[in-house]
Formats: sequence, structure tokens, C-alpha cells
Amino acid sequence: MNMAWMVVRRLFHAFVLVLAVLVLNFLLIHLAPGDPADVIAGEMGGATEEMLADIRKTYGLDKPIYVQLGVYLERALQGDLGQSFFYNAPVLDLVAGRAGATILLVVTALLFAIAVGTLLGVLASHKPKGIVSGLVTLVSVVGYSAPIFWTGLMLVILFAWVIPIFPIANMFDITKDTGFFGFILDVLHHLVLPALTLGIVYLAQYARLTRASMLEILGSDYIRTARAKGVAETKVYTHHALRNAILPVVTIAGLQFGSIVSGAVLVETVFSWPGLGTLAFESILARDYPTVLGILFFSSVLVIIANLITDLVYRIVDPRIRTGG
Amino acid sequence: MATVDEPIVVESQSPIREAMRAFRQSWAGMLGLILLILVVLFTYVGPFLYSVDPFEVIWAPLTAPGETERAPLGTDYLGRDILAGLIHGGSATLYVGLAAGFITITIGILMGAFAGFFRGAVDEVLMRITEFFQVLPALLFAMVLVTLFPPSIYIVALAIGIVSWPTTARLTRAEFLRIRTLEYVNAARSVGAKNSRIMWRVILPNALAPLIVSATLTIGIAILFEAGLSFLGLGDPNVFSWGLMIGAGREYILDAWWAVTFPGFMIFLTVLGFSLVGDGLNDAFNPKLRER
Repeated sequence: MNMAWMVVRRLFHAFVLVLAVLVLNFLLIHLAPGDPADVIAGEMGGATEEMLADIRKTYGLDKPIYVQLGVYLERALQGDLGQSFFYNAPVLDLVAGRAGATILLVVTALLFAIAVGTLLGVLASHKPKGIVSGLVTLVSVVGYSAPIFWTGLMLVILFAWVIPIFPIANMFDITKDTGFFGFILDVLHHLVLPALTLGIVYLAQYARLTRASMLEILGSDYIRTARAKGVAETKVYTHHALRNAILPVVTIAGLQFGSIVSGAVLVETVFSWPGLGTLAFESILARDYPTVLGILFFSSVLVIIANLITDLVYRIVDPRIRTGG
Repeated sequence: MATVDEPIVVESQSPIREAMRAFRQSWAGMLGLILLILVVLFTYVGPFLYSVDPFEVIWAPLTAPGETERAPLGTDYLGRDILAGLIHGGSATLYVGLAAGFITITIGILMGAFAGFFRGAVDEVLMRITEFFQVLPALLFAMVLVTLFPPSIYIVALAIGIVSWPTTARLTRAEFLRIRTLEYVNAARSVGAKNSRIMWRVILPNALAPLIVSATLTIGIAILFEAGLSFLGLGDPNVFSWGLMIGAGREYILDAWWAVTFPGFMIFLTVLGFSLVGDGLNDAFNPKLRER
């Protein structure tokens, strides 16, 4: 009962956020210098007079602003994010066609960062002044400070010349025809460098976070109790300490999802990964605003969904919240 | 043995002096400070020592470093000197970083201070707004802002500021929520201090330590943002910056690694400087963390 009520509240909250993003998009169209119809048509000044008249009619641009907002929201909630005049396709189709690649990239990078980051953090906390620990601190400061696209470009140079074992561009090789499993392997092979580039930044942060919270927890009373009653050292780490130390990592990973999507835009551009980032890049160059705003909307919805999932994961990982409601 | 009357004893108790002493002992902070000083010298003294115009074509395009004395670090795809670009590209990058950092901190402190101080409905509304901005993928939003409005370094700085403030707002709010219940705030209130005085004169100074750390990191993040936008070709095309160099050299990366590697390395060093100084300040302000 309590849980169900919580879920309903969260969903409502998420819905309000989705509406807010749409209102923002609407405001951006109207705040931009020039005629809103021009903005919707994309290419500034390049649209024909009939096209503009058509847009004015569809979006009710001659009516009061609140009516226009109503029209915009209604259309958007029915899945109509507008028409891309540059690609000559509905924005929703364009975005949906590219979303899968971005989600694959972001989720792989995130899981990789959480898994390896936590592991490194735990190893580092075992010997707070040891080599692993120093390395974690070093890598995290470096990973945090290097521009993500630069890291990507450096990997491109490394894997194009020095050790050419991973492909440095695109998502799959269209010249190969190796059946379904061959295709999957090919995609995974192409995924290595982009996911590594995107993951490194967060891996380092999670390692550092895990190290800090492990150190704090390992010094607490219940760990001493566990050790005193003879629990094996590995079990103390995995069962007693890590379960608590991983909570901040889950929280931060959820909060950072938006920034990971931002990072994906740059990484996709570096590796020509055919996702929302490259689509955003191409449509910005083409001044195709409906597509750009559609991507902003869709990726915000991704972040909202990711936050909902984080909330649920948090409840599963932390038993105290599960019972407390 | 020192007596209480000696001024030196009073001085050593000053929290700022104490923090400065701790900062000097933090190798990370000192290394970061040295890096930043070097970057600033390179950017602001460099042009006097090496006066090549970064826009001027001086040699064959895509010349590798060391091939000619005219361009020690090579040339880009138009034949422009990379070293001159590095020296002249710094000030725009630093300017945007500082300006965007300032905007971020200002919005963040205002939002966080009002939310944490007044709590209740004000807090609810301001935190919902903050949450909304955290949902938007910052770089995409900044990309949209920069494309919809005419590109200039002011718009770039403003866009970065608009997308980056939520972290500072949350931090400020947490500090205000903690400090507002402390006794000295009650004391100020009981002698009749107005809300504005309590907020800005009593609570804010006591919340400054974590905010200064956060401000340092914010500048670093803003510089990364500027670099990312320029890399995508969305920076101010008339202002020479390190990001612009990377954006220009990107397509030639397999022919001319130097055109991208060097400016990226400058950005890396600068952001590393800010991150390390932030770490050092964090150690200095948190005596409890020092032994870790």
C-alpha cells in the first residue's frame, strides 16, 4: 500500500517534469530572436512563405500565447514533436531511430564504471596508503580533469596507430555479413572504445567515492563487531561494508545520468556513433531546431526515467528504506 | 613560552591563516596552484615573448612538430602556428571559465540561500526548479541556447552558467539548513537582526568554506564545457580558444595528431590545476579529513 502510493507519487512527479521540459522547449522557440514560425521551420530564412503560413496555422501562432502553449503541449503529448524539414521526417521517428544506440552506449559505460569503479574503490580501501589507493586518487583527478572528447581522440590515435585492435568509428561494419550473432559481436567490438571513453570519467569518481565511504564504514562499530565474532575478512568486506558503501555510488550515478548523456553527445561525435548526440550535432549544423528540441526533450525524459529506476534500485539495495516506506 | 598577550598567538588562531597553513601542506593544492600560475604566465606573458599571430598562415599546412623552426609545435590544417594558438587561445578559455563560474556560483548561492533559509513553500518551489534543471542534459541544453542565440563568448558563458548552477544551489541549501539552527544565528535573531542580515552577514560567511571549494571545481567544469561546445563548433568563431583549435583539428586527427593533442593538453592542465586547488582547499577547510 505504502509502496504503491510512493510509486504513484513518483510517477506523477515525473509527469510534471516532462511537462516542464515541454514548456521550456516552447519558451525557447518563442524567446529566440526572430519569428517562431522560422524557428519551427528550421533553416533560418530558408523556408517558403506557404510553409511558414502552414506552420502558423498548425501551431496557432496568430492566437494568444497561452493558446499556443496549449496546442504545443497537446500535440507533444500525442507524440507529435514536430516535423524535421531538413530530414523530411517526423522528429519522433528520427529520435526513436537513434535513441537505441545512445542508450546502449550510456548504459554500458555506466555499468562498466560502477562495476570496475566499485571494485577499485574496495581494493583501495583495503590499503588506504597502498599503490592501488594512490593510483585511484591519481586516475580520478586525471579522469575528472581531461576533456572527455580529448580522451576519446587520444584513444583514437592510440588505437589507430599503436595497437589497431578496436575500430575507431561507427557502430558496425556494413561491409561484413556474418549473420545475427556476428552482427552483435561487431557492434560490441565497435562499442569498446566509446564506452571506455565515457566510462573512464565516472569510473574514477566512483572508485574514489567507494574508497572514501568504505574507509568510513570499515572504521565503524558494527564492522569491529563482525570481525570480533570471527566473520571472514572477505565476508566483512562484501556483506557488511560494501552493501552500505555502495549506496552513495547509486545515488551519485542516478544524479549524474544527465551529465553522462551530455558526455555521450561528445563521445558519439568523436567516434561517429550513430546516436542522439551525432543527430543533435548534425541537426544543429543544419539549423534544424525541431529535431534539436526533440532531442533535448527525449534525453530529458531518459534522465527522468533513469531517476525513477535509481529510486527503485536504491530501495532494493538499502533494506532500511524498503521497510521504512 | 608564548603568553596570551602576544599578538602572534591571536594570529595563529585565525581560521583563514590556519587554512592557508594547511593548504601549503597539501601537495595537491600546491601542485595545482603552481600549474595555474604557469598557465596564467603562459597565457598573459607568452604573447610578449612569442608574438606570432595565431590566425596568420605561416608555413605549409599540417607540418609536424620539429620540422621547421618557424612552427616548433607544428601547424594546423591551414598552416597556422600551433604554439601561437596555444599562447593566444588561453585567455578566451580562462575568461569563459571564470565568467561562467561566477554566474553559476551567483545563481546557485541565491537559490540555495533562499531555499535553505525560508524552507517551507519557498524551499519546495526553488528545489523543484533546481530538480528540473538537473534533469536537462546540460550540454544539450547549452548547445540549444548557443544555437538559438547569436554565438559570442558572452552567450557561451551565460549558457554554461544557466546549466551548471544546481549543484551549488543544493550545497548552499544544505549549509543554510544546517547553520540556521545554530546558536549564533538565534543570538543574531534575538538582538533583532533582519532576515537579510542573518542570511548574508551571519550564515553565508560561515557557509563559505565548502562554497569556495565548489567554486574552484565549478570553474574547471565550466572550462571543460567551453571546450566541449567549441569542439562541436558552437563556440564564438571570432575568438581564438583552445577548444576552437581542437574543433578545427578534429577532422585531421589521423594526419596531424599535434593539432588536437596540444590544445587538449592545455585544457587538461588548466582544469587539473583548478581540481587540485579545490582538493587542497577541501583538505585545508576540513581538518578532520586531513589525516586520510
